[in-house]
Amino acid sequence: MSTRLKSGGRLIDRSAPLDFTFNGKRLRGCAGDTLASALLANDQMLLGRSFKYHRPRGLVASGAEEPNALVNLGQGARLEPNQRTTTTELFDGLEARSQNHWPSLDFDVGVVNNYAARLLPGGFYYKTFIHPRAAWKHFFEPIIRHSAGLGSAPKDRDADRYEQAYAFCDLLIVGGGVAGLQAALVAGRAGARVWLVEQTAHWGGRAPVDGDVVGGMPAADWVEAAVLELSAMDNVTLRLRCMAAGSYDHGYVLLDEKLADHTPGDGRPRHRLWRMRVGKILAATGAIERPLSFAGNDIPGVMLAGAVRDYAVNWAVSPGDRTVVVTNNDDAYRTAIVLKEAGLEVAAVIDARNIANGPLPERARALGIRVETGRAIARVKGGKRVEAVEICQQAGEGAASTTLSCDAVAMSGGWSPVVHLWSHCGGKLIWDESEAMFRPDATRPPLHADGTAMVLCAGAANGALRQAVADADAQVKIALQALGFEAESEEVPAHDVADESALEPVWIMPQGAGIALRSKMWLDFQNDVKVSDVQLAAREGYESVEHTKRYTTLGMATDQGKLSNINGLAVLADSLNAQIPQVGTTTFRPPYTPVPLGALAGEARGEIFQPLRKTPMHDWHQQNGAYFEPVGHWRRPYCFQRPGETPEQAVHREVKNTREALGLLDASTLGKIIVKGPDAGRFLDMLYTGVMSTLPIGKCRYGLMCNEQGFLSDDGVVARIDADTWLCHTTSGGADRIHAWMEDWLQCEWWDWQVFTANVTEQYAQVAVVGPNARKLLESLGGMDVSKEALPFMHWADGTLGGFACRVYRISFSGELSYEIAVPASQGAAFWALLHKAGAAFGAMPYGTEALHVMRAEKGFIMIGDETDGTIIPQDLGLDWAISKKKPDYLGKRGQERSFLANPDRWKLVGFETLDGSVIEDGAYIPEHGVNANNQRRVQGRVTSTYHSPTLGRGIAMGLLRQGPARMGEVVEFTRMDGGVTPARVVDPVFFDKDGEKQNV
Amino acid sequence: MLILSCPYCGIDAEETELAPGGEAHLKRFGPGSDDDAFEAYMFARKNPKGVHFERWRHAYGCGKWFLAARCTATLEVFGTYPAQSTEPPVEIVEKIKAKRPEWKGFS
Repeated sequence: MSTRLKSGGRLIDRSAPLDFTFNGKRLRGCAGDTLASALLANDQMLLGRSFKYHRPRGLVASGAEEPNALVNLGQGARLEPNQRTTTTELFDGLEARSQNHWPSLDFDVGVVNNYAARLLPGGFYYKTFIHPRAAWKHFFEPIIRHSAGLGSAPKDRDADRYEQAYAFCDLLIVGGGVAGLQAALVAGRAGARVWLVEQTAHWGGRAPVDGDVVGGMPAADWVEAAVLELSAMDNVTLRLRCMAAGSYDHGYVLLDEKLADHTPGDGRPRHRLWRMRVGKILAATGAIERPLSFAGNDIPGVMLAGAVRDYAVNWAVSPGDRTVVVTNNDDAYRTAIVLKEAGLEVAAVIDARNIANGPLPERARALGIRVETGRAIARVKGGKRVEAVEICQQAGEGAASTTLSCDAVAMSGGWSPVVHLWSHCGGKLIWDESEAMFRPDATRPPLHADGTAMVLCAGAANGALRQAVADADAQVKIALQALGFEAESEEVPAHDVADESALEPVWIMPQGAGIALRSKMWLDFQNDVKVSDVQLAAREGYESVEHTKRYTTLGMATDQGKLSNINGLAVLADSLNAQIPQVGTTTFRPPYTPVPLGALAGEARGEIFQPLRKTPMHDWHQQNGAYFEPVGHWRRPYCFQRPGETPEQAVHREVKNTREALGLLDASTLGKIIVKGPDAGRFLDMLYTGVMSTLPIGKCRYGLMCNEQGFLSDDGVVARIDADTWLCHTTSGGADRIHAWMEDWLQCEWWDWQVFTANVTEQYAQVAVVGPNARKLLESLGGMDVSKEALPFMHWADGTLGGFACRVYRISFSGELSYEIAVPASQGAAFWALLHKAGAAFGAMPYGTEALHVMRAEKGFIMIGDETDGTIIPQDLGLDWAISKKKPDYLGKRGQERSFLANPDRWKLVGFETLDGSVIEDGAYIPEHGVNANNQRRVQGRVTSTYHSPTLGRGIAMGLLRQGPARMGEVVEFTRMDGGVTPARVVDPVFFDKDGEKQNV
Repeated sequence: MLILSCPYCGIDAEETELAPGGEAHLKRFGPGSDDDAFEAYMFARKNPKGVHFERWRHAYGCGKWFLAARCTATLEVFGTYPAQSTEPPVEIVEKIKAKRPEWKGFS
């Protein structure tokens, strides 16, 4: 059984007990425990089920690489699925539940998959679910979805808050082990701005566990002194529980700092996401131990040797009473020694090498530990717990010679540097034959903006598994020199570790294992990928490691292959008779370990998810029943609902009232761009399809803008202000885009033209006063002459109205008598209130964007985005009148000359009138007979704007129809969602007041 | 998330401050140009792995367009210069040649 030892445990405080529950069972740990160590101390070895076969799973590791022991943590609004028990600090009241089993952890029905494992080989999904096609959607997918997946997704809104922060430094050192600390000391003393971050809650990494001696003292003491010195440096920032998730272009790094994971609900943000820009990254991220592939290496109780050592030394937990250590290297002997010295039994060290006579094996022998060289584990016996191991020759095929009873197995296949931060941005790796590992190739680093190395690796992460401090010292000095700092010449602290003799690469144990054994050798514990699956993939032709990964799901589990990748690709290389470096690795992608979506979102949730643009009259709208719709980042009233009204009824009332009495529209969102300068007229003639340079001062003209392909991009009314000044109105959503478009041409093409532009959209509030009573209202305010004679249609004038300085444009988007009045934005709300107060006598009502749309459609006016979609030229919309034939050039002219745009079969704008007065559905098509090359129904047109016209009492629509204008009077059929059709007659798109008499009074 | 120096305001601007504008040094073909020339101007863009010249606008800064010489594979930046240039400045071309001897030169 696994249990808490009577003494020891460098990280725990036995005087501070903490209560927690696992699957509802009350358990007790102590301060300093991780959830994993506390569960082990309570003999809870079975912690979950695997993804595919639902095999029992227990702890394998002690850190971020743990693939098995994931739990649902917390409940309700604080439920977090897939939390690693190994990186979860224990707190009082913690609630954890195991995952991926039904009905219970101990008895899981899904384990039948295990007995059907022969029917579920690599690529099983791809092979099985192809035929019949319909079965995927209705049969296979629902079943797979039910049986797959690990934790349960939280249903409540996240109760925690998250924050983000920016930071800058010269040198970011990732990893607070002895390598990171030595690098920070050197860089800190040199005066660089240094950040040192460590993902766990403790400084020091593995050195204190392994009994290293640094600078002549035990590693733990040296670490304490180093942290003390660093804490006193103003230029050094230290962060624990802070994980560097990824390195990105030009020194950009994301870090996830766990602030309150271990103190939930204390009011602090749960995580803080740091967005850093750094001069250099020094990755002192250590190394991860590799498992060995022997049959039954996934049975609970089989753990990494380094992890067994961690649990014993850090938390005084023994994973078993009687442990077998299995290894291909000297390092694992440390585990045997630690266990023996803790008073536990070590059944044997099974060493795959024929010779083991380094200092560590010799010390183990001296302690009375049985060492078996040239041997291997043939298979592990046991179900939910290791019971025994069968021993065989490593060189053989697995014939067992001995059976050793034990309840834990500590395995070590060597160590792999953690090169993620190096590789995220393209740093290349080199295969190190002697340690059988990939390590950073210093000649091919990821580059910073200036072409120098952006990342350096130090210590074990750089492949220096035993001389970490010296390597870190050397690497940080290279980084400092590149950054322009001078390191003080201090002696490098000696880092004394026992000599180790060479490891022997062992990718399968035993070497000649048959299929029965190989199909029980796990590579990826969480995703149930075995040696036999990778070998099958190779036989089926998957030569690329990236393809094999996707075919077998190797390394696609939540640990992202931290344990499985190297073993998997070694097996693949062997199957392909290739060298490991030729097979290569899969791509390393951020994040290093999962980052909560809440941390990535930060404060951007709820009301501040995105900033809203509000007009000066926004508050009035809110207080007066506005039903808002988004228009770009603006919120505009769709209509103003009165009590008891539906939005539809409100729109109809607003249209009728505007046509019969007086409507007021907040038109402030309309884009307003001033174009000024000696060449402004010439510039606008290039921008618009029409001629703007000849527009007389005091007059307005409607204009169209196209892109260089000739497609319609924006429209609006241009006013000539004075000899060298024009004011261009754009669509509400187009103001920023069109302003940028103008600047693009002025700065990059016609940079010798003297023109300034200014986007003054938000500097003015604008109100459309619309309807037969519009002039009466303005005259009642007094101030300026707004008569037909003084201010004719398509003219503008400056003046005052009711004491407000304003500019009045006689333009109309509704077909009614209409004035658009601009006042300074600061006075918009007051002016709007005055219009309502004075307008009451004339029947004034506010109207929203939908009434605006209905009225413009009644008049046959096009709307950018409705009648246009980026493939429509003005000629398609019957707007030839707005295109100058005389101008030699304008943006889009050459594009419009392309031959296919002259095709008479193009869809062109017409109006549609339903035969029964109903409204054509939004987005409806006009099909015709026959099918196209893809066997889809052919179409000859579609609706672009469709409304019920309250003015006419029936449905009206505009749309595009092949040869439309030539087909007036013809009846066509529109599709309906219910499968039926709506017959409609092709008519002129102007439905109301065809001669424009109402606006011109 | 690139960092580019704006040659106008001198600020080292992060990519979030910038708006990309595609290939630099295009020659506009307007009315009167033949179909091939117009097609090349409109649609045929270089997409090299390696040295490339691009348009960027310091959109959330000074608002100016500028040009950047950059390696698309390693993201190394060789330099930035004003948009009012018909070809890359000599010193940037020399710098690229020194760092990328295999580069065939600006065309």
